[in-house]
Amino acid sequence: MPTISFTVNGTRRSVDVRDPEQPLLYALRNTIGLTGPKFGCGLGQCGACTVLLDKTPLRSCITPLSAVAGKSITTIEGLGTPDKPHPVQAAFIAEQAAQCGYCANGMVMTSAALLASNPKPSETEIKDALSANLCRCGTHVRIVRAVMRASGRTPA
Amino acid sequence: MNAPFDLQMSRRQLLKAGGALVVTLALPLSARATEQVLRDKRGNAQPHALLDKTLDVSAVDGFIAIHQDGTVTLFSGKVDLGQGLRIAIRQMAAEELGISVDKIEMIEGDTALTPDQGPTAGSTGIMRGGVQIRQAAATAREALIAMAAERLQKQPSELIVQDGAVRPKSGGGAGVSYAELVGGKRFNLKLDAKAPLNNPTAYRIVGKPLLRPDVPAKVTGTHTYVHDVKLPGMLHGRVLRPAGDGAQIISVDESSVKKFPGVKIVRIGDFLAVAAPDEWDAIQAAAALKVVWNDTGKLMGHDKVEQWLRSGPFDGEETLVNKGNAAAALQAASGKLSASYYWPAQTHGSIGPSCAVADVGARQATIYTASQGTHRYRPAYAQMLGLPNEAVRLVYVDGAGCYGMNGHDDAAADAALMSKALGKPVRVQWTRQDEHGFDPKGPPQALTLEAALGPDNTIAAWRTEMWLPRATASLPTVPLLAPQTAGMPQPKGISTGLITQNGDPPYQVANVSVGVHWHDSAPLRPANIRAPGKIANIFAVECMTDELAAKAGIDPLAFRLQSLKDARGAEVIRRTASLFGWEARAAGAGAGSKTNQRGRGIAYSHYKHNETYVAMAMEVEVNRASGEIRVLRVACAHDCGLIINPDGLRAQVEGSILQTISRSLFEEIRFDTRRVQNVDWASYPILTFPAMPEVRIDLIDRPTMPPLGGGEAAASPVAAALANAVWDAVGVRLRTVPFTPERVKAALASV
Repeated sequence: MPTISFTVNGTRRSVDVRDPEQPLLYALRNTIGLTGPKFGCGLGQCGACTVLLDKTPLRSCITPLSAVAGKSITTIEGLGTPDKPHPVQAAFIAEQAAQCGYCANGMVMTSAALLASNPKPSETEIKDALSANLCRCGTHVRIVRAVMRASGRTPA
Repeated sequence: MNAPFDLQMSRRQLLKAGGALVVTLALPLSARATEQVLRDKRGNAQPHALLDKTLDVSAVDGFIAIHQDGTVTLFSGKVDLGQGLRIAIRQMAAEELGISVDKIEMIEGDTALTPDQGPTAGSTGIMRGGVQIRQAAATAREALIAMAAERLQKQPSELIVQDGAVRPKSGGGAGVSYAELVGGKRFNLKLDAKAPLNNPTAYRIVGKPLLRPDVPAKVTGTHTYVHDVKLPGMLHGRVLRPAGDGAQIISVDESSVKKFPGVKIVRIGDFLAVAAPDEWDAIQAAAALKVVWNDTGKLMGHDKVEQWLRSGPFDGEETLVNKGNAAAALQAASGKLSASYYWPAQTHGSIGPSCAVADVGARQATIYTASQGTHRYRPAYAQMLGLPNEAVRLVYVDGAGCYGMNGHDDAAADAALMSKALGKPVRVQWTRQDEHGFDPKGPPQALTLEAALGPDNTIAAWRTEMWLPRATASLPTVPLLAPQTAGMPQPKGISTGLITQNGDPPYQVANVSVGVHWHDSAPLRPANIRAPGKIANIFAVECMTDELAAKAGIDPLAFRLQSLKDARGAEVIRRTASLFGWEARAAGAGAGSKTNQRGRGIAYSHYKHNETYVAMAMEVEVNRASGEIRVLRVACAHDCGLIINPDGLRAQVEGSILQTISRSLFEEIRFDTRRVQNVDWASYPILTFPAMPEVRIDLIDRPTMPPLGGGEAAASPVAAALANAVWDAVGVRLRTVPFTPERVKAALASV
């Protein structure tokens, strides 16, 4: 059984898999026990499964494990905790930018990646960055405000 | 105290720690562990209902327990689906009990622990569920004061409650804590409907925008969803959906999945599923399993639904409203207007496909489910599993937002059937294609309206005709896919939600009739979807109102106010006008000639004619060339009586507006003669961030009024306001949802 090694939230992990084409999402959730990334579509369309590959958002539901061998992955659990949230997570809490919260993983991870590369995005840039992340509860207004807040601006 | 609260405490500790690891530890709540607890106590396995916690909705102990450490547990039959009840109901109880919300835990939707307060549907969480718990808290407070009075040798009138203790109102002196009075004991008290509620002017907790306790875990990936529940020995299940609606299995080639280790096939009639210890193996096995279905081809296809609705034979006719003589008045009127509307079947569109975990033993079962109605669905599972009702326990765990009955209850049935067959706990995760293809759909609706102005330019006569699938009387639940495909008995019929309400105008009209032509079926299995029926009905009614205003040459906002006698209704309209910056003028009806033409529209809703008041104004931009509609901004004034948590309410209003814009602009389930065709987000698009409008909300608090529903009412006028704005912009009336660019272009071409 092949073993695939990669780094998750700073810790080296080795996962035994029969099928190296198994999407990363299932290894994270079931083998490693990080359930922050969510299964939403399995098609890379909604963003609920988003993790960071180095600093870039990655759809873990369609990324084969073989593609992350030797790479460094960050999940939402690696950003911060309820007690010590990442600034993006703190801003989501301050703006109460989650209803059911199922999409929140993708929103937080994509926003964190955006701010890492563009610390003061415009509202349009925020919306564009999140354009392929779907929310059904209609939390969009708060999510955009949260990203503005995380970038150090007071939301209007 | 006794076993149930020990159990309770353990669950509380577990859930607090959060995450997947914890869920593994959540074993004490599983069927086996509960069985163990009861065996220890009684010597043999007993069903869950014999746990000592009362579920009596008329008993204070049904809803409230005060523990030895002075903390409080609330047992709520209504659940938090993301709408904020988890803080709002705590606030209602905390206010009456005189204790801070952080001393309160809340258990939701557990058939072994929470009273049956009805399903969490129809925006009733606060107005029914919260109000009931508030009354339990008020009863408890009065009892605590009486107990303290005896102990402190004071009159009850000399005492107040504060920070979890009863204290003398004045003169200082020691108080006595709730823990000392009843910690770990029962109240043994009936709910007192007359127990006085605190005076709203003195509210300290209700009305505050307290933060929701679940958000930190939700945005750090540590919140436990039903998708994250993991039991020891659990198998991952996937159900193979029939190739066509009602299709039957001709053959299954079991050898086609031999290469996947530990894969089991479950086949009961036409219920076909695979399970494996490894989820990816289960997914691959489901894809690899060779199965031949027969060809049914019996669906009508989505493009035939409206015609089918409007054609007979009907299962019945019903007059819903009959005031004055609408037929005669319409005949007598000159310049009668007439228009027909259609709202298609839509999916709930949960971002997380439905999921459930079931642990079914020989004598009892525990099902972890995101159900809106754990008590309601329990008998369906008990029947399916051949167990007595009280031997089946449903435990609510958060799912992805459902907005009505999505596939959650089906996933739970799938998991239960598989767990029973395999003798192990089974987790069933639906696919995206399952959710879009097989969740019960919001039912299609067709309407035709006629109306006329009187000589004074007010509405003189009105007739609404509806063509609808009729909800089967006394149907206990939406029929479930698992027993249906497995050939197991279950009550037959359809469920739709209350879809006829708000078919008549909320204005003073002397002659009104509303009638419905009923069908006894629907092309796809229907169920309630957010604001059932009302969005389409108000879409039709408020578009007609707009057309009448234009015919009268009157500003549409002023036209509504002139025949609206309800002061709260008039206030939401006025405040919306002010929030929006509404300038009085008759509708433009496409007078402008720019490619990107802007327009504004308004709509008003008095939800169910007896609940929340909402008015909504929108500005849209319509591109004449592409047919694309952009909603630029929305203003909404909203009056649902007493506001418990203004930020939670605001979130619900925002969400309902955005979701309904999405349903109005983009969404229709398409199906051919076999099955749903648009089973992913590319083929069933929903609102995305770049399309999101600016949203302004004005919440009107009425502290002395009962609290009413928040979310659904806000959804109800959205399509109407949008269509009215499009008309103002480019002079075309959109009467069929969704308002796709193709429909807009076709309408523009026909002007």
